Amino acid sequence: MFSILRTTGRVFLHMFHRRVTVQYPEQKPYLAPRYRGRIILSRDPDGGERCVACYLCAVACPVDCIALQATEDETGRRYPEFFRINFSRCIFCGYCEEACPTYAIQLTPDFEMGEFHRENLVYEKEDLLINGPGKYPGYNFWNVAGVKIGGKDKGEAELEAPPVDVQSLMP
Amino acid sequence: MATVYIDNKPYPVNPQENLLHQCLSLGFNLPYFCWHPALGSVGACRQCAVKHFKDEHDTQGKIVMACVTAAVDGTRISIDDPEAASFRAGVIEGLMLNHPHDCPVCDEGGECHLQDMTVMTGLAHRRYRFEKRTFRNQDLGPLVNHEMNRCIQCYRCVRFYRDYAGGKDLNSFSLHDTVFFGRERDGVLESEFAGNLVEVCPTGVFTDKTLKQHYTRKWDQLFAPSVCVHCGTGCNTSVGERYGTVRRTVNRYNHEVNGYFLCDRGRFGYEFVNSERRIREPRLRGEPAAPETAIEHLRRAVAHGGAVGIGSPRASLESNFALRSLVGAGRFFCGIADGEASLIRLMLDILRTKPVRVPTLQEIELSDAVLVLGEDVANTAPRIALSLRQSVRQSSFDIANKLKIPLWLDNGVRDAAQDRRSPLFVLATQATRIDEIATETFRAAPDDLARVGFEIGKSVIGPDSGAGGIGCDLVNEISTALKNAKRPLVISGSSCGSAAVIQAAANIAQAYGAALYYTLPECNTIGAALMGGGSLTSAFDLIRNGYADTLIVLENDLYRRAPRAEVDPLLEKVPHLIVLDSLVNDTSAKAELLLPAATFAESDGTFVSSEGRAQRFFQAFVPGDPIRESWRWLTDESWTRLDDVLAALAREIPELGRARDAAPSAAFRMAGAKIPRAPHRYSGRTAMLANITVSEPKPPDDPDSPLSFSMEGTEDKPPGPLIPFFWSPGWNSIQATNFYQKEVAGPLRGGDPGVRLIEPGQSNGKSYFSEIPEPFSPRQGEWLMIPINHIFGSDELSLSAPAIAELAPGPYVAIGSNGFAHESEVSVTIADETFRLPVRIRPELPAGIAGLSYGIPPVVGIRLPQFGKIEKIS
Ligand code: SF4
Ligand code: SF4
Ligand code: SF4
Ligand code: SF4
Ligand code: FES
Repeated sequence: MFSILRTTGRVFLHMFHRRVTVQYPEQKPYLAPRYRGRIILSRDPDGGERCVACYLCAVACPVDCIALQATEDETGRRYPEFFRINFSRCIFCGYCEEACPTYAIQLTPDFEMGEFHRENLVYEKEDLLINGPGKYPGYNFWNVAGVKIGGKDKGEAELEAPPVDVQSLMP
Repeated sequence: MATVYIDNKPYPVNPQENLLHQCLSLGFNLPYFCWHPALGSVGACRQCAVKHFKDEHDTQGKIVMACVTAAVDGTRISIDDPEAASFRAGVIEGLMLNHPHDCPVCDEGGECHLQDMTVMTGLAHRRYRFEKRTFRNQDLGPLVNHEMNRCIQCYRCVRFYRDYAGGKDLNSFSLHDTVFFGRERDGVLESEFAGNLVEVCPTGVFTDKTLKQHYTRKWDQLFAPSVCVHCGTGCNTSVGERYGTVRRTVNRYNHEVNGYFLCDRGRFGYEFVNSERRIREPRLRGEPAAPETAIEHLRRAVAHGGAVGIGSPRASLESNFALRSLVGAGRFFCGIADGEASLIRLMLDILRTKPVRVPTLQEIELSDAVLVLGEDVANTAPRIALSLRQSVRQSSFDIANKLKIPLWLDNGVRDAAQDRRSPLFVLATQATRIDEIATETFRAAPDDLARVGFEIGKSVIGPDSGAGGIGCDLVNEISTALKNAKRPLVISGSSCGSAAVIQAAANIAQAYGAALYYTLPECNTIGAALMGGGSLTSAFDLIRNGYADTLIVLENDLYRRAPRAEVDPLLEKVPHLIVLDSLVNDTSAKAELLLPAATFAESDGTFVSSEGRAQRFFQAFVPGDPIRESWRWLTDESWTRLDDVLAALAREIPELGRARDAAPSAAFRMAGAKIPRAPHRYSGRTAMLANITVSEPKPPDDPDSPLSFSMEGTEDKPPGPLIPFFWSPGWNSIQATNFYQKEVAGPLRGGDPGVRLIEPGQSNGKSYFSEIPEPFSPRQGEWLMIPINHIFGSDELSLSAPAIAELAPGPYVAIGSNGFAHESEVSVTIADETFRLPVRIRPELPAGIAGLSYGIPPVVGIRLPQFGKIEKIS
């Protein structure tokens, strides 16, 4: 008898506590930028596609929900011919972002991805690519890599000496 | 056996070897770069450092390079010693100073020996903060890509290319920290083994340019153990697939056959599988047809009676056998051109009845005197030319042994030997690429080659001479060399088109107790020949005389087997022509019913190589419906699995029965599990097909083999014939092969793949051929046209691979004598056909002899050698 009264009393007291439930979707909670939600592909500061199709995100993904195919433009710059994420499998672990050597793939604080049909959760490159550098402004992989691409010759990357003249006999 | 103490534990080692070799054989993770099991030690990279102790009381020790230290009995070393470990990390740090930040866009990534070794030494951070040295790359042609910034100056490339493969145009240039590896200027790499640089180079400097077109990481490919389909040598390969197309071919180690290396035709020929010219659906009278309709049509045509089947030397044993069973043994023909077929029967007869042994490629490498009679091996069986380049080193090993130089000390052995080479004689109709390492060369018409051959045989058998004194000194020289050799070898083949040459080779082999190797043009020539069946002409006669109203052609282009003038009326006449093939060709274009056949990469089967070795190849992926294996099209419901076909084959043709043992059956399991085709890191499984269906389909079943189409299965190392790819923890590159061998560079654990079907005849008595041909006499106004083979061009399938096609010559006629201008157009009339061809001057061709580019359309299907006319076009 006493325990029933005590429980009723406690429930009654809760009416005066501060409310933690948020009236989503009218009210939106604050999510930190490092929140791991919907994945995007970002662009270099100069607007080029950042992803170099290295397959590291795909291999890091524990549920194997990233598939892509590398290709190259006529200047030797590599990019994904297609890039697909199956969000109906993605567990938003962020391993892909961690693996990415170019900061191309990033998780964002958007989790509103509910769909009635699983097919709609299959995102292609067009759906993933955004127009800016996302969380990491300033970084451009091609400026630190050694391969030559359009607009960047050998020896023109950061901290690179001009190409060696192999014909020279100077000691 | 000696005992070496590694970190205070005793291990049995082979004292003939160096410490690195033995540490790896024992399974230790000891980093290295410049050493290669086939190239030996030079001690250039300083990566394999270990601590060496005088005795058990020595606590100080000294650092030595394991690859240049002999595994002497009682040696005490430490791999884990902190000083040695930090030395190794220091070496890597040094190598990495100038290394570009390229891994993400480097085709070597994920199978990079440099990555593996860096991780192994524990170096994780870059301290160097200054400028990096850079190089410009070269365009090395359509096969190999060059990215020089990634070089670690290990010198493996030039040691392989120049010292091992005899190439001339790749070298090291410049000096101190700017040493550059490449050609003197941009241009196609000349060596036909250049593709091996992709595997020999431990970094991403040399990579596969064809892979780059559709780049996929090693961990993302489905691999299958396969066998090269581009000549008869039977090199073992691994083919990798992703998204339904073949991505590349890599070497699959087989100690007895190809060892560590392939030729470029074999490595880059795979692209025909992805060709636009693939037949992808059944066609009935030119219209697409459902598979059921097609099978129905096939059944009805066969049931009607009177079907004749023409098999193929490029189709598997199983497919040929299925056709033979369908039409009946009496109406099956093996599909080899008539002249060639009789030569092959002759060779088989020799190999089965005479007391001569067919050597493995490994044994060819160990031969200490070689006679090549009438073959241009560098173009007909290229990998054998690479083995011959090693065979001439036998005398250097003798010299080194005398001087007590260990054989693995590569520079020491080469310096001691200088230019001394074991005897190699090349007797051929034209110049060949191995002439440069030959003791003597001799060029003559096929009949004259045969006469010299008979003469060489006779100088052992008896004094009588029939050759009328041709090359008398040469005969003596060859005879002496073969007599003095411990492991003599004779190589001949079918490309001279001369039975006498083949017989002469057999005589020599018997007379000198030499091994005898006949090179054959296609991957299953011997298999098809062993299947039996009459000549192509007799098949044609059946049809011409109206005894057959259906002709079934299995993976064969008849226009490459017989003259157009013969095939055209035949295909007109036959009421029903059914063709199974993978690429469109002139024969398939005329088919009433055309069935899409799976290529080697999409099917399982067995090929019998020139060595008589039956080897199984497995499908890398399941081709899109309705493409299927030819035997599946041809069989009735009684055979559902490959093993059923093999069992029936063993019952029907006992001689081919042992082909069943070429690989374990489909029921084979390792601890209850199948063998995964995919590396365990295989990615994208839940996304690759998500655009088509979001619920992942189950990977296909494989009823034909113990391999699975996923990464699921055993983690153990599979037996030799079932190794899809080489991988070992910490070893992602092809160097992981070390851990699959009994001893590094030795046989694979559990035995090398393949079973030899042909062993020497039991009869002890030697019997010699005695029909010596008349000397060749040039004819007035006519030329004896001989075939000129090309590594790039003469093989039908690889000619549909764009990179190979780019390197293939167009059709031409080669003339030795004057009166014609190089590149001028002439009209060549041969076998009632006339071609307009450009002239290539080859001064070495004997008088009265001209060469025709072999197998390059439109000059195909002509029996060579044969007399023809050459006229200038005014
Ligand atoms: S890891 Fe980054 S650069 Fe590499 S494929 Fe993924 S998104 Fe592209
Ligand atoms: S060679 Fe190896 S370490 Fe160097 S960039 Fe390529 S993958 Fe990376
Ligand atoms: S190119 Fe490759 S094989 Fe040649 S020295 Fe450099 S790293 Fe070694
Ligand atoms: S030698 Fe023949 S079997 Fe070997 S890789 Fe070359 S083409 Fe293929
Ligand atoms: S592997 Fe021993 S020094 Fe290079």
